[in-house]
Amino acid sequence: MSKQILRCTVNGRAVEVACEPWHTLANVLRNELNLTGTKIGCDMGTCGCCTVHIDGRARLSCLTLALECQGARIGTIEGLNEYEMHPLQKAFAECGGSQCGFCTPGFIMKSCALLAENPDPTREEIRAALAGNLCRCTGFVKIYDAVERAAGELRQANTRAPVKAPR
Amino acid sequence: MTIVQGSGATRNDHQKNKGIWQDTGAPSAALFNVVGKPAPLKDSFKKVTGEAVYADDMKFPGMLFCRILRATKPHARITRLDTTRAEAMPGVRAVVTGRESDRRFGVLPVSQDELSMAIEKVIYNGEPVAAVAADSEEIAERAIWAIEVEYEPLQEFLKPQDSLKEVAPELQIHDKVEKKHPNTNIHKAVDQEFGDVEGAFKQAASTPGASFRFDGISHGFTEPHAVIAHWDAEDRLQLYTPQQVPHYTHRALAKVLDLPMHQIQVIRTTVGGGFGGKSDPFQHEMIACMLARKTRRPVKLTMDREETFLTGRGRHPTEARMAMAFDKDGKLLALDSDVIIDGGAYGSFGVVSAYYNGVLSNGPYYLPAFRYHGKRVYSNRIPSGAMRGHGSVNPRFCTETLVDMAAVELGLDPCELRLRNFLQPNTITPHHRFRVTSTGIREGLEEAMRRSEWKKKWGKLPYGHGIGVGCAWYISGSALPIHWNKLPQSTVHIKIDMDGGVTCHSLAADIGQGSDTMIAQIVAEVIGCKLDRVHVKSTTTDTAPIDLGSYSSRVTFMAGNAAREAAEVIRRDLANAASKLTGQPAQYFDFVDEQIVCRSKPGIRVGFMEALHEAQADRGALIASGSYQSPPLGGEFKGSNAGLSPSYSFSAFICELKVDPDTGFVQPLKIWAAHDCGKALNPLSVEGQIEGSVHMGLGQALTEQMRYRNGQMLNANFLDYKIPTPFDTPDIEVIIVESHDPEGPFGAKECGEGALAPIIPAVGNAIYDAVGVRLFEVPMTPDRVLRAIEAKARAKA
Repeated sequence: MSKQILRCTVNGRAVEVACEPWHTLANVLRNELNLTGTKIGCDMGTCGCCTVHIDGRARLSCLTLALECQGARIGTIEGLNEYEMHPLQKAFAECGGSQCGFCTPGFIMKSCALLAENPDPTREEIRAALAGNLCRCTGFVKIYDAVERAAGELRQANTRAPVKAPR
Repeated sequence: MTIVQGSGATRNDHQKNKGIWQDTGAPSAALFNVVGKPAPLKDSFKKVTGEAVYADDMKFPGMLFCRILRATKPHARITRLDTTRAEAMPGVRAVVTGRESDRRFGVLPVSQDELSMAIEKVIYNGEPVAAVAADSEEIAERAIWAIEVEYEPLQEFLKPQDSLKEVAPELQIHDKVEKKHPNTNIHKAVDQEFGDVEGAFKQAASTPGASFRFDGISHGFTEPHAVIAHWDAEDRLQLYTPQQVPHYTHRALAKVLDLPMHQIQVIRTTVGGGFGGKSDPFQHEMIACMLARKTRRPVKLTMDREETFLTGRGRHPTEARMAMAFDKDGKLLALDSDVIIDGGAYGSFGVVSAYYNGVLSNGPYYLPAFRYHGKRVYSNRIPSGAMRGHGSVNPRFCTETLVDMAAVELGLDPCELRLRNFLQPNTITPHHRFRVTSTGIREGLEEAMRRSEWKKKWGKLPYGHGIGVGCAWYISGSALPIHWNKLPQSTVHIKIDMDGGVTCHSLAADIGQGSDTMIAQIVAEVIGCKLDRVHVKSTTTDTAPIDLGSYSSRVTFMAGNAAREAAEVIRRDLANAASKLTGQPAQYFDFVDEQIVCRSKPGIRVGFMEALHEAQADRGALIASGSYQSPPLGGEFKGSNAGLSPSYSFSAFICELKVDPDTGFVQPLKIWAAHDCGKALNPLSVEGQIEGSVHMGLGQALTEQMRYRNGQMLNANFLDYKIPTPFDTPDIEVIIVESHDPEGPFGAKECGEGALAPIIPAVGNAIYDAVGVRLFEVPMTPDRVLRAIEAKARAKA
């Protein structure tokens, strides 16, 4: 088998990259596209460090073959802070939700997908949403704090946005 | 967040310490500007954006990739090792085997027993045998499978009891073993007896005793091991490695590669978690450097998760027999302790572990008589080493369980019994002469009891629902360095040039615990500047002064004191400059909020930059150095250095949980965690350390175990090695206790490790309160809990 071309968008930009058929999305993001914010902690879908967005949903990029993503919209941690830091990123730093930081991008991507679906989650809902991600440093407490703080901030930002009137 | 003030030392004791606070009349604790306020970790903004660079994120032009061939037998002679097929593969640039170097290394000077790769025989399943550098990781992986290796099995030592037996020399895992037991696989034996142990047991009213067993556990840091070595064109070796202790790696590289230390630069990359598991000099570091030397190209080695487990250095599998003696009032009289720890294939920190498993039982209670027989054995299993709470965690479970058993026997509340026995501040333990300068454990336990409504709950909750307590203490850094020399244990340099940026150089490794932020806070506090003015450079051995690194929970105490001393030099320079500018005496200035203010006439003040430029006149950048070395401590007997620390932290945890009597499943409901860290320099970070310790401790208590069959680890992945998920982690209420240590920087002592030990016995004791059974095996998995419940039911019937 030889390399094949993967065409997709990554963080809003069209990308063409030649991949081996056995390369995972995590490999391609890190090694070919230099998006090293996505981490590989276990390479078998058990730690959540490699979580990215595929067509708006949180997915494990170590369990996704790159060539499965033809035409997909892919979002990584680097895409969250183009021009401005995302409230989740700020909250994770300010609340102490990141210590060694290796799991942090995965947690933030997973939380981001959660807040897109559920802008006002309870602590139990946050816990459930993050249950597939592993953090060895924080005991999760400050991660929940961060998600709650960011959720509040995002809700406020949304209420400040001008109301769209039908044309 | 709650901060409880301990009664330890008086609150202002630390200000009477040497230094500028005395010169200038100390500001009270309330006047601290930076210290004591929650500060987000300085590097966390890079981590949340994905900008932080971990070793595997780095790329170099011409970089090669390495894979390691590992032993598939626990103990075997290598009868054939043929690399010709691998070497001939296109894309393979170099292959190395044990023939590359027979120099042995290890973290402790007394146990230099690790080879970079096996020579003649392999001693554990997973030991590096050969390695390949190739153009891609795939080629390297294919090449190691093309290496032909044959083994002739030797007798395997897979149970610690087997390693105690006398064997023929060719069956000894290492040549050098404990002198007292020359023909065995015993690495280190420690025998200590102080006070009248026999007498104490004779006169005691309660003498609980039991045998305990602990499975080995692993650090489980999320970043797998990864390094990059580059032997550059100037003939210097550059090693990029996520090390907790770059200095020990630096020394080991010089020895193994036969290079002067100054020709090696160790660069610490962002550390994706360590917990003790990245503090040894490692074989893979040597291997990457050897391949870099052969190829003259940068060589990257990234392990997968299984290899990371195999590299090991986790908590020792342990078998212990312990008994304690108490009088009728619950006063502790004696401890008799017999411990065997399974060191696996290498020495690692093991000599220290062998001592710590005994001597650290001399607190947090006053212990008049003490007997300890400890043995650390070599075996053909994954090497054990230092892990968070090194050497204190497993014996702590034993003693805290026995304390609880005594309370039940004597009809006392377990918390009350503990309160009767705590060490007092400003005391020295009777035999080992451990010096307790400050302790807030009494205040901590009382607060945890209040918060948890202990008195309403203990012994009164319905069947299946229980509450338990555990207490502990831990060292704030080992007082004696493992390399005997006159150098300070920590040194910090500060440089301030005309731009006003304060650059601190230190080799204390920020491994996510926030030590860079701690150093910045201390420096900012002393020189009265904003935190964002201070930049900490703690990654490269070329520029950073030596620090013994991030292990034994030493960094806040030792590097913090060094930073404070260096900052005080700068403060004096700035005070002299302000004096020159204002005509006021230098000792009468306060440093607050980037202003240098005359104390008696607050109208007279000089801005930070103005004073800086005045101080720089004629000499350029301000440069200062500060260092820390522990005071002389301890008794005068062999092994008296083990466990000595300039200060000790104390903790008291209460755990409430439910046990399902039908399945044995334990669900923790809430943890109240009181920890005396002296002074919380960064309360946000202190809370994070305690919460993280609770989480990690719960893992060991309930789910984590390294399982083996025939010497092979069965569960070297995160699916089968069960770290608590968010669902398994209950609410944690942190109670920070401040006892204001007289020698800690601004009163601070450790909080990163000591907070792990108490949670495991708190869980065990709560299980007893819930269902009336004692667990003597850790982790307390559902099957073990269920077996204990059934055994009790059978005994009743």
